[in-house]
Amino acid sequence: MSEHARKYWRSLSEAAGDPEFRRWLEREFPEHASEWVGSRRALLKLMAASFGLAGLTACRRPEERILPFSKGVEGYVPGRPLYYASIMTLGGLSTGVLVETHEGRPTKIEGNPEHPASRGAATAFVQASVLSLYDPDRSRAVLRVGRRSSWEEFEAFIASHMKAAGKGEGLRVVSGAIGSPSLADLRAFLLERFPAARWIEYEPLGREAEAAGAELAFGRPLQPQYRFDQADVIVSLDADFLGLDCLAPVWIRQYAERRRADSMNRLYVVETGYSLTGANADHRWRARPSEVGEVARYLSRQLGLGGLKAPDPGAPKWLTAIVRDLERHRGRCLVLAGPRQPASVHALVHWINYELGNAGRTVYYTEPVVRTGAEGLQRLAEEAEAGEVKTLVILGANPVYNAPADVAFADLMRRVPLTIHLGQEPDETAALATWHLPEAHYLESWGDGRAADGTAAIQQPTIAPLFGGRTAAEVIALLADYPQRRSYDIVRQYWLRQWKGREAERAWAQALHDGVISGTEFRAVAVSPDPRRLQALLAQAPGKSEDLELQFHPSSSTYDGRFANNGWLQEAPDPITKLTWDNAACMSPATARSLRVESGDVVELEAGGRRIAAPVWILPGHADGAVSIALGYGRTRCGRVGNRVGHNPYPLRTLNTQGFLRGLQVRKTGRRYPLVTTQEHHSMEGRPLVREATLEEFRAQPDFARKPDGKVDAFSLFREHSYSQGHQWGMVVDLNACIGCNACVLACQAENNIPIVGKDQVRRGREMHWIRLDRYFVGEPDDPQIAWQPVACQHCELAPCETVCPVAATNHSPEGLNDMAYNRCIGTRYCANNCPYKVRRFNFLDYHKGLQEVEKMVYNPDVTVRMRGVMEKCTYCVQRIEEKKVQAKAEGRPLRDGEILTACQQTCPAQAIVFGDVNDPDSRVSRLKRDPRNYSLLASLNTRPRTSYLARLRNPNPELAAEEGS
Amino acid sequence: MQLFEKQVDRYFRIFFLLFLLVLLGGITLFAFVSRPQYTEVGYSPIQPVAYSHKLHAGNLGMDCRYCHIGVEQSAHAGIPPSEVCMNCHARVKKDSPRLAKIRESYETGQPVNWVRIHRLPDYVHFNHRAHVLAGVSCVSCHGRVDQMVEVRQVQPLSMAWCLDCHRNPAPSLRPPELVTRLDWQPDRDPTEIGRELMARRGIKPPTNCSACHR
Repeated sequence: MSEHARKYWRSLSEAAGDPEFRRWLEREFPEHASEWVGSRRALLKLMAASFGLAGLTACRRPEERILPFSKGVEGYVPGRPLYYASIMTLGGLSTGVLVETHEGRPTKIEGNPEHPASRGAATAFVQASVLSLYDPDRSRAVLRVGRRSSWEEFEAFIASHMKAAGKGEGLRVVSGAIGSPSLADLRAFLLERFPAARWIEYEPLGREAEAAGAELAFGRPLQPQYRFDQADVIVSLDADFLGLDCLAPVWIRQYAERRRADSMNRLYVVETGYSLTGANADHRWRARPSEVGEVARYLSRQLGLGGLKAPDPGAPKWLTAIVRDLERHRGRCLVLAGPRQPASVHALVHWINYELGNAGRTVYYTEPVVRTGAEGLQRLAEEAEAGEVKTLVILGANPVYNAPADVAFADLMRRVPLTIHLGQEPDETAALATWHLPEAHYLESWGDGRAADGTAAIQQPTIAPLFGGRTAAEVIALLADYPQRRSYDIVRQYWLRQWKGREAERAWAQALHDGVISGTEFRAVAVSPDPRRLQALLAQAPGKSEDLELQFHPSSSTYDGRFANNGWLQEAPDPITKLTWDNAACMSPATARSLRVESGDVVELEAGGRRIAAPVWILPGHADGAVSIALGYGRTRCGRVGNRVGHNPYPLRTLNTQGFLRGLQVRKTGRRYPLVTTQEHHSMEGRPLVREATLEEFRAQPDFARKPDGKVDAFSLFREHSYSQGHQWGMVVDLNACIGCNACVLACQAENNIPIVGKDQVRRGREMHWIRLDRYFVGEPDDPQIAWQPVACQHCELAPCETVCPVAATNHSPEGLNDMAYNRCIGTRYCANNCPYKVRRFNFLDYHKGLQEVEKMVYNPDVTVRMRGVMEKCTYCVQRIEEKKVQAKAEGRPLRDGEILTACQQTCPAQAIVFGDVNDPDSRVSRLKRDPRNYSLLASLNTRPRTSYLARLRNPNPELAAEEGS
Repeated sequence: MQLFEKQVDRYFRIFFLLFLLVLLGGITLFAFVSRPQYTEVGYSPIQPVAYSHKLHAGNLGMDCRYCHIGVEQSAHAGIPPSEVCMNCHARVKKDSPRLAKIRESYETGQPVNWVRIHRLPDYVHFNHRAHVLAGVSCVSCHGRVDQMVEVRQVQPLSMAWCLDCHRNPAPSLRPPELVTRLDWQPDRDPTEIGRELMARRGIKPPTNCSACHR
């Protein structure tokens, strides 16, 4: 099979066989691992200290206190977690969550299986949001011009101030997107009371173009709702619908469910950067951002939209192939454009879908859940210039950092006599505000929200506000003198009004219980395109230019910058670049050659007279003639974790270049900047680890992946365990479903108290993530494909780590787990050295030391917090296994298949991970292990891993595959 | 020139040997006496409220679970909220000065600062629920609390001690409904009863690391 002849590589230096890379690999341990104490003198000093301190151990342990409640809490038993159904809102759209709380502390977030946007899945942002709750750098006090004040003073001030507000002529409110029905109601109340006031919703990563495109195509702004499970063919025009443009985790699930061999969809992607969606594509083409619109125009013409069937002889062959594929799948295909593309491209895409009969099947249209727009800010700037704005209220937004550069929000704020800012952090905007008010985290406050499809749900608090924060609704209630002042009353009264009648109380209780209010999703709207307007769009062809273009995209770590102070997210490697603690100006190898720059060179990016500096990162598969950069870095006032991490691209982003800009100048500065990437860490040295085939090859030879990677020597020196009795745990990871999104990495970090180590430690190869999400490039460095493989401890039946431990700290359990006893480990690291999968992580330093009490509140009490000098690794979430076993025993029944969910499995939006009892032939995991695509990593070593993988399939278009193969 | 006499070398050797012996002996002795059965057993701190288990559980015959409600549902048995004390003491001995702290806690909402007696290291995850439902009595680990005026630790709670029972559970098992009967005496060989229970209820105590260390 030709697949195995293909070369898999992780970095350009590996592909090129760089000797520096070999040296990195061949070191027994990563940098500085073998250097302990500097000198003999230092050693003696340490020894002396140890002897001196040894005497102290004779003292009795410190006295500990147990503090029970004064009065019992109904339904609460100390030691048992409680779960609350709530929602998390990002960019105005919410997704359902279940919050696990221990003794009143939220510690872990899961997706709510009842919620249509989640169906049990949670993204990396949702998983990490619990850490932000305990961020000690959060805003802790009301500030008046930087001086400590109080809510009481603010209340008194605002009451007298608003008396003189008249009709609200000078009152302006800026907020993020508002999907919350009760807050929208409150806004209406405020605007009724102050009719001359204005409210601006701004999201740096808004999706105005989509709605504006619908307005062009259908005459009214509508939001497209996708049904990926109904689409056989998907064409994405720079839409990262599996990654950072994904509005609901359920999209990923719908897509992944259609990757099964019996009904496999086909995904074409045209894009600039390398996105998760591009990495999962069956065919991917690179295009500069402005050329993506060109593709939409080509497609429209070739499909004969508006009766103009005019096959373009100049059209590339691949476009013709796509068009034929789309025409074969009328009503069962889907074309979508990314939020960075202008409204005209979206309009064409809406039209294409309509003409292909997809409207109402794979895509339907509803009223938009949120309406945002940067134009409001422009008008605000003009009004401020004219001195018309007297009071500016900023709710939960940070426009000084992320507003378009030409709005110059900082200057705008200085022109307004009274500015009030509500935010979770004392951030860039807070620094310029007259009043800064601490905002409550979503886990601390009442609220409500709507999912992407309009489904409403209640947000309920799981802890009292830690730092005295209040919600946007409460601040507006103060401003507008609303009858209810507390969020709970505001939200509750709003919904009781909606339901009315005697059943209202019941409905409220039900909504809190389910975490979703059923029947609130938006109805589909019938659409019909306006061909005349669309033809005009087809006619306009933007002039071609050879200018460099710059694309702005969301960050997988900080989103738009709001998660910048979240260490879990900062340290999570970007799925594609594998960069941590940084963003970079990504460009293709060819572009880098023509600019004569290398990865790590600092360049100056200039456009329209504005400039920023950023380091270069050469990204294989990036479009030539373009640079892309992640937003959300280079913050200056977010806290100790995120300040001055990365480079801020917002100064280049203007009102008209929210998605991308043209005419970029790149100048080399001669400076170098250390970028840290995990792409070369823990390499398994070019062995055939990822296995993939095309759908056709799979049909011809279903067991293609079973081919051994070498001669299997089944002889073992060690006594083999018997695995015939009881539960035997095993896992299967379906590489065909895995989209590489990082959710499992973050879920594991939250569940297992995995520390953050920081950029410098990651540089030394000391990252602690138990799950390593390997990203392999396949093919030529200019235009490679990508393959994923999440690798955690494989729980080998004949585990090489166990036989080399001198103190038997790592042992086999009768249920097939590779146990790790932290208290016994003395830190020789022999096990890590002998592990062929490189999944063991060593605590080189005490990463939990010096944490504040509030930071420790996030710990899962069921998992030990590891100290310096011990080894750790994936445990298959043994705490969850034991909990469910005790539960089943208490109920006097056997364990059910699927009852135990590991943290990674539970959160996986693609449902790629299945865990269960391999001794039970009917369990899901057993059935998957019998799948012909099932294979083990490095089977030739005879380690017999309990984790196995299902080989990946690609579904290329036969017309194009033949061409590419030649 | 000779600075030291020849014997000095011999003295030095003898002294050095003695030193080594004393050092080794000292370490051995230290290791021996610092085992949990000497350092932990007998710990009986002064509690903020002089609550007598002997009076309540022994003389009055209250069941353990009246206060320690979590024992069958949770990993922790739990210390009762002050409200539980007040269930009776709102009427019984309602002005007793010894109960002042309980009344104060009940009224102010502030907890009573009980001193922890039975403590396991943070890397040990003991589950009361699993043990009580399997038929391990309170008395196995906590002793005759119903006879203690002031509770003290009677078992070392060391790993070796845990494993003794995990490896040979039969003598410590009894029908689960009798776990809180601290004075219960089996009418026949307890090992026999334990064996029957193990067979009937499928009790196989784990001895692998992750059973307790996670």
